[in-house]
Amino acid sequence: MKRAKNKIKKSAFDKWFDVINTTLLILLGIIMLYPMVYVLLASFSDPIAFMRHKGALWCTQGFSFSSYANAFENPMLLKSYGNTIFVVIVGVVLNLVLTSCGAYFLSRRDVKLQKVIAIYIIITMFFSGGMIPFYFVVRGLGLEDSLWSLILPVGINTFNLMILRVAFAAVPVGLEESAKLDGAGHLTILFRIILPVSKASIAVIALYYAVTHWNSWFNAMLFLNDRDKYPLQLVLREILINSDTSSMTMGAAASDLEYVGETVKYAVIIISTVPILCIYPFIQKYFTKGAMIGAVKG
Amino acid sequence: MELLASKKRQKGKALQSWRRDFRKNGSLYLLVLPVVIFYFIFNYMPMYGVLMSFQDFSPRLGIGGSEWVGLQHFRRFLGSTDFQRVFFNTLKISFSTLICEFPTPILLALMLNEMQNRHIKKVVQTLSYLPHFISLVVICGMIKTFVANDGLIGSVIAQMTGNNSSLLMQANKFLPIYVLSSIWQAVGWESIIYLAALAGVDPQLYEAAEIDGAGRIRKIINITLPSISTTIVTMLILRLGKVMNVGYEKIILLYNEVIYDTSDVISTYVYRMGFENQDWGYSAAVGLFNSAINLVLLVFTNTISKKMSGTSLW
Repeated sequence: MKRAKNKIKKSAFDKWFDVINTTLLILLGIIMLYPMVYVLLASFSDPIAFMRHKGALWCTQGFSFSSYANAFENPMLLKSYGNTIFVVIVGVVLNLVLTSCGAYFLSRRDVKLQKVIAIYIIITMFFSGGMIPFYFVVRGLGLEDSLWSLILPVGINTFNLMILRVAFAAVPVGLEESAKLDGAGHLTILFRIILPVSKASIAVIALYYAVTHWNSWFNAMLFLNDRDKYPLQLVLREILINSDTSSMTMGAAASDLEYVGETVKYAVIIISTVPILCIYPFIQKYFTKGAMIGAVKG
Repeated sequence: MELLASKKRQKGKALQSWRRDFRKNGSLYLLVLPVVIFYFIFNYMPMYGVLMSFQDFSPRLGIGGSEWVGLQHFRRFLGSTDFQRVFFNTLKISFSTLICEFPTPILLALMLNEMQNRHIKKVVQTLSYLPHFISLVVICGMIKTFVANDGLIGSVIAQMTGNNSSLLMQANKFLPIYVLSSIWQAVGWESIIYLAALAGVDPQLYEAAEIDGAGRIRKIINITLPSISTTIVTMLILRLGKVMNVGYEKIILLYNEVIYDTSDVISTYVYRMGFENQDWGYSAAVGLFNSAINLVLLVFTNTISKKMSGTSLW
């Protein structure tokens, strides 16, 4: 009798627990999403109506494409978009080549120098020269004012290297053994067996690298003076952080300047984030998979 | 005599095995060569470059030609009024972030784990990863417009406090802005690791607890938390080792001269001393000071955790 009563009590508690938990989680989801929704709504709002509006937005204030039109009038935006795409494509290719080579080497068995080279790499996760000496090394290589300064210095991310090493090491030995019997060398094993088998992991790593390249700005700020070479994020910084929208509001009448400047910012955010937001739903599954590989062996 | 001969033989054997290794794995070494060169240039050469911390460094003369000044830069930094500001700001920002942010992904993972409705769970999870992929420049740009006096958050707070300037112009608002936005950025992504750990918990444990009459909360405290404690400790060590590495990119994007008192940290100071004042030797020295503390912290926390829980990074 007592037992039964307990059970009823518990399930009432369970019910409340679930209700509160669900409510909190949904609220959290809204907090995560709302800033982007606000930006999207603001970017399609009429600049003057938007200025008059205060507080949260639940629909656009008026409707206009003028912010986007103004944003695209800025020649810097498109040029920097091109620079970033170049850095992402060339950068990811280099990243993948270097990371695969390193990961293949580290995942082999009975290689004499393997331990030495593994330690050589791991040490760099704990000691670093710091920002200033790093700057002088890159400058000393003559990379200043070249897009290569955004590609070469970040050729390998050690964390990604470790993820890929785990993936390569997980390839069944039997596959290689039979290839070896057929007289295959290391290059053949890497290209014909290891890489095709680890396609999923490689895709994850490629996406990691691509997002990093797309979003990075700090090295560009250090190494680039020539405005023609600016990547997207550096132009965004001028517009969003330094609030310099002058190059984009040239077409607007002087009295509207202040208004236009505000919504243009939101349009620029959308323009620069759209590629990631578009592919995000499709790739996030793989991202989490990668994060878990990292977590297990991190 | 015999000893010498056997030594020679051993040496010969060793040499032979090396030769065999190179013959067998030659192409393998060739593959790894670019990787070794990469690490040498972009990681080991800056380590050598750290020597400029002990020099009156001039880029024209380089490390070979610049004058050695010993520990002068370190003495200057420790004796300056800037030291107190940047050192304590670093600790304050770092520990506030650690204390406020560290538990949130664990909490989120637990909440998601208890969520019965698979669809809601999936959607919330997906949304929570979103900020991780938005660029820092965009996030800081959003923060800046939101906390401006006419922005989404700024206008509400301006009405409440009567202070009509942007929140980023008020020194005492920097820390909350920094910490809260960091939570927003990281909570979802960091919860993945805990969710993975939670997925590995043996369901039989829960069944056994249910038979013993354990309720929801009991099960969380007695089964769920202990089974992810190793993950929690590991993540905590990693975080503590990075205590002196406050996210300087974010601070550089957010701060301004008006609020240096509460927002300037060691790494932003290194950046300014170097790239704005061209005081290269000094800024490299401050940077070295920072990474030295970092290393000590990492070794220290790891040793403690090894003794207390048997969990360690190496």
